[in-house]
Amino acid sequence: MFRFLLEKEFKQIARNRFLPKLILVYPVVMMILMPWAANLDVKDIRLCVVDNDNSTYSRRLTQKASGSEYFKEAIYLESYNEAISTIERGECDIILEIPSDFEKDLVNGVNRELSISSNAVDGMRGSIAASYLAGVVNDFSAELIESKIVNRGSSAAITAAMPSSIEIVSLSKYNPSMDYKLFMVPGLIVIIITIIGGFLPALNIVSEKEAGTIEQINVTPVRKITFIFSKLIPYWVIGFIILTNTLILAKLLYGIVPVGSIFEFYLLSFLFLIVVSGLGLVISNNSRTMQQAMFVMFFFMLVMILLSGLFTPVSSMPIWAQVINSINPMKYFTEIMRMVFLKGSGLADLYKHIFIMFGFAGAFSLWAVLSYRKNS
Amino acid sequence: MNNNSGENMKPVIFVENLTKVFGKFTAVNSISFEVNKGEIFGFLGANGAGKTTAMKMLCGLLKPTSGRGSVAGFDITREPERVKANIGYMSQRFSLYDDLRVWENFRLFGGIYGLKEREISQTTERMLHELGFTQERNTMVKSLPAGWKQKLAFSVAIIHNPGIVFLDEPTGGVDPKARRQFWELIYDAAERGITIFVTTHYMDEAEYCSRVSIMKDGAIDALDTPANLKLKYGAKSMDEVFYQLANSKR
Repeated sequence: MFRFLLEKEFKQIARNRFLPKLILVYPVVMMILMPWAANLDVKDIRLCVVDNDNSTYSRRLTQKASGSEYFKEAIYLESYNEAISTIERGECDIILEIPSDFEKDLVNGVNRELSISSNAVDGMRGSIAASYLAGVVNDFSAELIESKIVNRGSSAAITAAMPSSIEIVSLSKYNPSMDYKLFMVPGLIVIIITIIGGFLPALNIVSEKEAGTIEQINVTPVRKITFIFSKLIPYWVIGFIILTNTLILAKLLYGIVPVGSIFEFYLLSFLFLIVVSGLGLVISNNSRTMQQAMFVMFFFMLVMILLSGLFTPVSSMPIWAQVINSINPMKYFTEIMRMVFLKGSGLADLYKHIFIMFGFAGAFSLWAVLSYRKNS
Repeated sequence: MNNNSGENMKPVIFVENLTKVFGKFTAVNSISFEVNKGEIFGFLGANGAGKTTAMKMLCGLLKPTSGRGSVAGFDITREPERVKANIGYMSQRFSLYDDLRVWENFRLFGGIYGLKEREISQTTERMLHELGFTQERNTMVKSLPAGWKQKLAFSVAIIHNPGIVFLDEPTGGVDPKARRQFWELIYDAAERGITIFVTTHYMDEAEYCSRVSIMKDGAIDALDTPANLKLKYGAKSMDEVFYQLANSKR
């Protein structure tokens, strides 16, 4: 009985005008475009300089900032008020104001303060820009000390908020060059698997309801578990094809390969596929129309993705969000993918996650079978 | 008509006080009847009289609110899946797979009913031949004309040679010639011993039945052979019988 149902599902998917193309093209487009587009690196910061001193030193400082890879060529303005209005008009991201007598005071060993004002409408970009600019000022101060142009006392004074005697060097373990793509690609695989492996099943059974074919099935003695698994398995196979494609693309396009084992990658992705396809069928079983299934699925997907830690770290979410997250399978899978891709965690490190994923997979499969009703 | 008013009949469908309530609306109101083996039982009634609801309860697609019934010897409430194994069902709305070929639909449902690979291919060949569909074996079902689809749906419904087949308005929207051909299929099946339970709006078709029941507002108002009903209501045709019943008690 099972064999015949499975055969039918594969034929229907293969004959669909849209699905095979979606299954092949969607992951490719996502893998080619998204690592470039969904990028949190802050670059091309528009700097505005108000130089009240107009001295050799002040110019050296501003040139140093302009020359940095993070900043665009600076705009020079006469007054702070003018500069603020450029920020208000959205023409500039950050203002560096140099006080008058800056050079004179430096040479004479008097402490002077510089002012950095950054646009915090986009808080993340604002604070990153400010810390880059502070870094530039620190470097400048260090150069001055080295060249012994000024004495130690005054150079310390211009280092923005940071004593020059302590230097903090941060090293990013597992992603030493802080390559955003390396961070993003495993997350993208999570999204691709979720969308294809979750949405397609969500639309499947409900489309049989709309076509009326489900009634002909419901009047046969087919067992619920047989029918539901004949629906699930094709999506698992499709998921495997997609996983393999994304793995190949990650290597070809970005040279990214999982540091951990390929076996772990497939095992845990497979468990996650069972979870999302089960969720999809549960929604499909409980929906009357494809439109309804689509919206309900969208609701869950969005919540799961935003809470998953793909874009913002789970550890900085409020406690209640973290509590909700403990039942978010995507949160675990995102962690897993990053652990496997970046850290190369072995089965011993992942055993907790594997255990949880098995639990989710079993629960969602069972729910999918139970939510299918042959009579009303 | 091959009347089955003999004495060696036993009921294959037995219904007692069967009721279905949706919210405040009583779709089927305590109906009781029996259908004997080999009968062609016509289940008539106006739109919304409760025919489809009653039929779905008999097929195990709907749970009765109260009352009981058995089909092919199995209780419809307690053993719906065993009922399903012993009946065929053709829905009012065409419900075979449009995106599968003719032979693939036979194969799928043959497989679901547990037929062996050999039985499926033999039955498929026989049925394609009987339907005159041998040319259409590989046609996608969606490109068949309506009348052909209905005939195909009927054949698929009896692929497992069930004891009873339920047909819900099988000839709706079909031209007169195709309707006649369809009834020939029904007679062939009846001759092979399959009990037919059929709903229709065509009173000429009602004349073909061994017995008919006429439903109104969820209850059965009349149940007898077409000849006896005409006698009882002093009508010339089943059409008249139907009108008289429909206009009564208003």
